[in-house]
Amino acid sequence: MTNNLVTVAYIAASALFILSLGGLSNQESARRGNLYGIAGMAIAFVATALSPQVTAYGTLIAVIVPGAIIGSIVAARVAMTSMPELVAILHSFVGLAAVLVGVASYLKPESSLVGAEATIHQLEIYLGVFIGAVTFTGSIIAFGKLRGSISSKPLLLPARHLLNIAMLVACIGLGVQFMGTADGLQPLLMMTAIACVLGVHLVMAIGGADMPVVISMLNSYSGWAAAAAGFMLSNDLLIITGALVGSSGAILSYIMCKAMNRSFISVILGGFGEGTNASAAKGEQQPSGKATATNVEETAELLSNASSVIIVPGYGMAVAQAQHAVSDITKILRDRGIQVRFGIHPVAGRMPGHMNVLLAEAKVPYDIVLEMDEINEDFSETDVVLVIGANDTVNPSALEDPDSPIAGMPVMEVWKANTVVVMKRSLASGYAGVDNPLFYKDNTLMLFGDAKQNVSSILSKLSELMSAGSSVTKEKELAKV
Amino acid sequence: MTVTVAREVESSEQPIQEQKCLRKIGILKEVYPNECRVAATPDTVKKLQKLGFEVLIEAGAGEAANFSDDAYRLAGCKIVPDARALWTEADIVLKVRPPELGEVELMPEGGTLISFIWPAQNQELLEKLAQRNATVLAMDAVPRISRAQKMDALSSMANIAGYRAVVEAANQFGRFFTGQITAAGKVHPAKVLVIGAGVAGLAAIGAARSLGAIVRAFDTRPVVKEQVESLGAEFLELSFAEDGSGEGGYAKTMSKEFIEAEMALFAEQAKEVDIIITTALIPGKPAPKLITKEMVESMQEGSVIVDLAAEQGGNCEVTKPGEIYRYRGVTIVGLTDLPSRMAAQSSQLYGTNLWHLLKDMGGAEDYKIDYEDEVVRGALVLHEGKVTWPPPKPSNPAPTPSPSASKPAATKAMAPEEAQQAGGNKGLLWLVLAGLALVGIGIGAPSSFLSHFIVFVLACFVGWQVIWNVSPALHTPLMSVTNAISGIIIIGGMLQISGPLNSPTTILGAIAILVGTINISGGFLVTQRMLKMFQK
Repeated sequence: MTNNLVTVAYIAASALFILSLGGLSNQESARRGNLYGIAGMAIAFVATALSPQVTAYGTLIAVIVPGAIIGSIVAARVAMTSMPELVAILHSFVGLAAVLVGVASYLKPESSLVGAEATIHQLEIYLGVFIGAVTFTGSIIAFGKLRGSISSKPLLLPARHLLNIAMLVACIGLGVQFMGTADGLQPLLMMTAIACVLGVHLVMAIGGADMPVVISMLNSYSGWAAAAAGFMLSNDLLIITGALVGSSGAILSYIMCKAMNRSFISVILGGFGEGTNASAAKGEQQPSGKATATNVEETAELLSNASSVIIVPGYGMAVAQAQHAVSDITKILRDRGIQVRFGIHPVAGRMPGHMNVLLAEAKVPYDIVLEMDEINEDFSETDVVLVIGANDTVNPSALEDPDSPIAGMPVMEVWKANTVVVMKRSLASGYAGVDNPLFYKDNTLMLFGDAKQNVSSILSKLSELMSAGSSVTKEKELAKV
Repeated sequence: MTVTVAREVESSEQPIQEQKCLRKIGILKEVYPNECRVAATPDTVKKLQKLGFEVLIEAGAGEAANFSDDAYRLAGCKIVPDARALWTEADIVLKVRPPELGEVELMPEGGTLISFIWPAQNQELLEKLAQRNATVLAMDAVPRISRAQKMDALSSMANIAGYRAVVEAANQFGRFFTGQITAAGKVHPAKVLVIGAGVAGLAAIGAARSLGAIVRAFDTRPVVKEQVESLGAEFLELSFAEDGSGEGGYAKTMSKEFIEAEMALFAEQAKEVDIIITTALIPGKPAPKLITKEMVESMQEGSVIVDLAAEQGGNCEVTKPGEIYRYRGVTIVGLTDLPSRMAAQSSQLYGTNLWHLLKDMGGAEDYKIDYEDEVVRGALVLHEGKVTWPPPKPSNPAPTPSPSASKPAATKAMAPEEAQQAGGNKGLLWLVLAGLALVGIGIGAPSSFLSHFIVFVLACFVGWQVIWNVSPALHTPLMSVTNAISGIIIIGGMLQISGPLNSPTTILGAIAILVGTINISGGFLVTQRMLKMFQK
């Protein structure tokens, strides 16, 4: 294959990647979008494999085949609740690949470059390796935090900002050295090591609730790492793809930050939730009153008598794996003619869109799963709101208490509904470490206990009520005619 | 003598009308020619009494509906000799038809009347009643909401009219409705076309089906298809997508193209069917002409058309309101008094509608006119002489902004201004910086770098534009697919493995390909798996 043909193939692949991302604009075209992506990847791969630069087919097959097999096994096995972990570990692979490609590119003697071009080439390598290394270790830490093998509490070292800056400065210093010498392998590797530590430290300082931002940020980094690799190899396809992925991750991070009313910088610098004690001392409005506890029977009764229900799931539902039972409840209620919808806060769960995927897995029709902005106005006309394992995203103090650490964060205004049933293990505060006055409101009922167990027993209660009440429903339908 | 006493009582109670317990209900005899219905039957009288009302009835009021005065007396009614006495003695007068202008003369100042009024068509009557300071509730103005179904007298009457339409048709039709195979030969079933599947249309479908006819029905509102089919009729459809559902479950006027398609359908059906029952009405407009003269002429001799819209001008061009006559061998039934022809039934249903309304208004004890009650407010056309018709549009249950909601709104309202200013300055700063950076790159960088740089910047912009369109529900698939795509970095590895096998470049490149491939296959497959789950 001539170079020109390869270039044309790359153009086709880039177009397919753009179409692929464009396809995700709605659920109907999304699957086709993914196929475009696969097609683009296949074209790019075949074109590169057939290009004159590639001759070592034996090696290529020897690494491609196991890689593809491992990838497919992982993809087929992963549970939908652990999607964030999978995404995190895949990010780390991209980071690692970027580091390896960068180092390999440096080791490959390329004498044709002189003067400014050589300098720029070196700069590209250096930058690519740096971003790749930060992505690599940062993603591994994120993976560990999401799996729970590393505590999701932020690790706050003393003078951690100074530490970060010191590491950055060291990297820049090494960079100058790297550019200055002919044999810059040593500074390059040292920088790689420092960048790895930086990645670990950055993510360690970020708490569990901020994970959606971290994941999108690492997504973005992996894109920039690919783009940097594209620059150093003078490969436009890599540049385009990297830029697409990079901007995608950047937008997601922006959306997530917006949903928490926090600046990107403050999330990256980490340590959210540390200010709680201080603000409590300042006389933060302590929620007054008593929380009213309820039981499964009452909840089932409430649901079956309602005419409109909104379910607000949070990370708790994912942890308890309660989505299937929730879906069954939805089905029963909808069969009885009760309007059931889901309200999803943008940062519910551990990665953007996490709740949507879980509900889709449980076969909840996607047209009743609405975003916060779409449903927030409807709460005042809703009979029952069922909050399953969500806390900070339904906290009224975000709107009512200007001293609250989450003040100004857009939240689901569930308390406007007639009745709110909150399923939770205890009255403890959420990841943001903020007390939730919602629990003490008059129209709030607390259903304590394991979310999955509670949801399942509500389900069985409902099906009992359902069979008992079917004659009544029929009468209702007749009256309507 | 009684008259004067009653008057005194009436006038002394006038000033505190809202609070006082109204106890006496009067039932007038209908004076309209051939009107056989009555506003209460002995059965509904008993129910009214249970609400605490005392019921007076004009002598002979129920006679035309086969309810004798004795029957009312047995039910505990007081029989009043004439209308004048009844008007003066009763606190609330119940009627079926709108009162004649002569009847209004009898009405005492500040009396209460509940009956059909048709305020839109009877402006003069409304004014007359207003002069009497009357309080009037119009049964035809009861809003069509679920809660008011039990008081919906229009539906009750439409139901009867639909049933009776089939009976009238059967009366004029010289054959069986049902198909039979007898020793004397085979009888084909009659084919009935019902146009308009509202309450009357559905009743007609039901009645015609139970007589054994083949029934077809047409309606501009596709939502009624299920109801039509549940009654065993065939729903005729146009291959034309336009929904005719208007406000309050009534039909609306359709587009010209739709009407043409519809007329073609009717013309075709007219040649085939034996009986056409039309019930098409659009509120506040003359009935649409659906059956043309040509269509009638194309029908077989002996066919029957029952036009339930005759009072509003008729759906058929040759309908004569109030008459039954033959037009070129086709019998056209244009009767307008079908409910009255089943007076016992319609009086019973209408009386029950009235009872429900009075019960909702608090019975005798707590009788009051509650403006907050959507049903009462809708039906109320005159309140103590003030015209209250038409009622205000049903207020949408718009959420009243709670203080918690308005507070952030207020702060937000202030914020954008500042933000805009700050944003403006910042934006300018960034523009300048970006410009300087570009100039710097332009001076320092070689052209080979610049061509890549162009690609990079453009790709960033494309990505920015494309990603904003991604639905938030698909953010997780977006991440996994971008993840897979960023595995494109294997190309970098591929370009480096072609050296000697044991060189570090080859080894590093190979490892990069390995992990990149895991990424690609894993990312795409898991995305596919997720997207498969999204379903409506």
